Amino acid sequence: MSLVSIEGVDFRYTRDRLTLENLSLEIREGANVGLVGESGSGKTTLLRLLLGLARPSAGRINFEGRRLEPHDGAFMRQYRRKVQAVFQDPYSSLDPRQTVLGIVSEPLRSLRLPGDHRAQVEAALAAVDLERDVLGRYPHQFSGGQRQRIAIARAMVAKPKLLLADEAVSALDLSTRVRIVELLQRVAAHMTLVFVSHDLGVVAALCDEVVILQNGRIVEAGPTRQTLADPVHPYTRNLLQSVPRMPA
Amino acid sequence: MSLLAIDHLTLSAGAQTLVSGLSLAIAAGERVGLIGESGSGKSLTAMAATGLLPPGITAAGSVLLGGRQVVGAPDRVLDRLRGTVTATIFQEPLTALDPLLRVGRQVAEPLRRRAARDGRTLDRHQLRRDVQALLEQVALPHPERIARAYPHELSGGQRQRIAIAMALACQPQLLIADEPTTALDVTTQAEILKLLDTLVRERGMALLFISHDLPIVAQVVQRVVVLRRGVAVERGPVEEVFARPRHEYTGALVAAARAFDAALGGSR
Amino acid sequence: MTALETAAARPHRSASLQLGLVLVGLHVVVALLTLVWTPYDPGAMTGGRLEPPSLAHWVGTDRLGRDFLTQIMIGSRIALIVGSAAVAIGAAIGITLGMLAAFATRLPDDALAATLDILIAFPTLLIAMLVVAASDTASLGTAILALGIALSPIVARLTRILAKRVLLLDFITAARTSGTSWPGIVFRHVLPNIWPTLAVNLALQFGVAIIAEASLSYLGLGAPPPNASWGRLLQEAQGTVYTAPIGAIAPGLALVSLVIGVNLLADGLRDVGDPTRRRGA
Repeated sequence: MSLVSIEGVDFRYTRDRLTLENLSLEIREGANVGLVGESGSGKTTLLRLLLGLARPSAGRINFEGRRLEPHDGAFMRQYRRKVQAVFQDPYSSLDPRQTVLGIVSEPLRSLRLPGDHRAQVEAALAAVDLERDVLGRYPHQFSGGQRQRIAIARAMVAKPKLLLADEAVSALDLSTRVRIVELLQRVAAHMTLVFVSHDLGVVAALCDEVVILQNGRIVEAGPTRQTLADPVHPYTRNLLQSVPRMPA
Repeated sequence: MSLLAIDHLTLSAGAQTLVSGLSLAIAAGERVGLIGESGSGKSLTAMAATGLLPPGITAAGSVLLGGRQVVGAPDRVLDRLRGTVTATIFQEPLTALDPLLRVGRQVAEPLRRRAARDGRTLDRHQLRRDVQALLEQVALPHPERIARAYPHELSGGQRQRIAIAMALACQPQLLIADEPTTALDVTTQAEILKLLDTLVRERGMALLFISHDLPIVAQVVQRVVVLRRGVAVERGPVEEVFARPRHEYTGALVAAARAFDAALGGSR
Repeated sequence: MTALETAAARPHRSASLQLGLVLVGLHVVVALLTLVWTPYDPGAMTGGRLEPPSLAHWVGTDRLGRDFLTQIMIGSRIALIVGSAAVAIGAAIGITLGMLAAFATRLPDDALAATLDILIAFPTLLIAMLVVAASDTASLGTAILALGIALSPIVARLTRILAKRVLLLDFITAARTSGTSWPGIVFRHVLPNIWPTLAVNLALQFGVAIIAEASLSYLGLGAPPPNASWGRLLQEAQGTVYTAPIGAIAPGLALVSLVIGVNLLADGLRDVGDPTRRRGA
């Protein structure tokens, strides 16, 4: 069954230009989807719509068969619990004035979830391989990779069904990137992942399915291995050929 | 003789050593990659090579640029070296360009300086023709229209082409490129890399290419130096280093790059 | 490089913090003391008119023969009350307006921003005078309210700019997608992040308020005697400034020392409460 179904979604910032045009996409429960596109492809806009931060100008997005309606408070409370996000810049996605405990427990507090919050935070930190003694520390005391682990712990702490990652490893160094991709692989085994990226290599390593976006439209979608091995659309081919490769 | 000869360069901020005992020589026409992750000191090394260190950072050792000592040299000497011996392009072309000037004028500026230094004066028409020629060389479409545009009206790739044109206007012997494609889209990156490669080869320029991205470095350089926390841990011809890394750190980097590369499959 | 900057700035910062603490502390101690003890009854004529400093009257007496030191000490209390209360009122109005503007959609935000810019174009003192003039009685309370209102546009404008900058950061988006409500975002994320800059500015406004109050009193629009402020003392000393200059110098020094103290304190306090600047970080 589809966890998310996007049905004929348009989005326009300005009157004369569509950022997304008649976009339709089904995301299965447990799927692991890479949304690939360059600047202006509409991938960030699509993510904002999925996060309920904006409404489609036309069409609809369904989550578990119910329409995603950002103004419906009761629905959004449930939705926020089930859908969490990790952002690109580990330096601006953590509030510099909060401790790790404060940051990671925010979804629990804001959504007024039951249980021992501290214990849940400790479990989430353990799941991202961070020690318990980080709880009282501040974001600036961590490296970029560690910060991204904290951000992932925050996204995981409420045990969501869907994790949305926006270029979550693009700002990281290569050696750190590998480890965070491994972590995301582990995390994605238990939930649905939508991974937005411009980096085909990372998407190929992480996602079973890939969706290629260009100028607000889906130009190609399918299983990652098959799509990359035998791309149909010229844009996909160009994208693939543009990725710098290691010398043999 | 080397165009750039860095010898036992140590850069420090107070008690903290940022680059330690780095030696690196680039001969005319040679293309060298400086590989490092954040905090490796790779960008600082590039700044030290042109004497553009930020305040608070002290340099010890020797940097010979075109046979002249850069370490401790006054700006008067350095100004002559930058722009004749070397030119630099940076990661984010939007901040490297003046937002209030049409790009044509920004490209004209180094052309005029270069001419003045050679004792020539360029009239307006000659200058405009030279600007057009440069914009064509960096493969910008409609050069006369682009020359009248302001930086914010151009795309990231177009701005980086302008930055390259400005660097070329200096006719440098050594081009320093500090992560010049990191801010660009993948397809644009491929175009800019190809352009850089062609220009450097055609003009026989030496290239110091700074990046953390191994496959990109492999495309444009012959030799690499791997920098980790300010120390050069490995150096050698690019194929050799990537095929048989000797240092553990290089090994980890190469393995990481190969993992993503392998995931893409064999398609080229 | 930030580590370098803070290391270099630290001795300067802590020195200004210490001097600021000493100056402000002195005034606070004196102000508290006046609640239980003053050298003389502030209203009582305890000496001759315009006596020069003596053992009995350390700073001399005024033209009615009242002890001058007593009045200056009470002036400390008045100044601290006026400063804190006016800044509190200005902050309450200003921060609320600024936050509303920062969160508002384009049109109301632009309207509010333009209004604030116009209000800021008028000197604080002028606005305060208008407010006092609009009320019937010249009392300490009226002066405080007037000053608070007069300070609020400056606080509002700063709050708006600082908050807008913070609202663009990813951790705000992260908070929204974590289900945090708008009040939660204001109090848990925006205010703590803009507070250091805001606090420094509020401390500076404290100095502005004290000077403005002194000016109001000097113009006869402040608190009436015997609980007179330094401004009133300065006004009264105006006529005798050549014969008894101490009457103008003493309240002037008191005023200057408190304003400088507050400014130094503000400068020094900038780093306190910022986890990224704490020692050992």
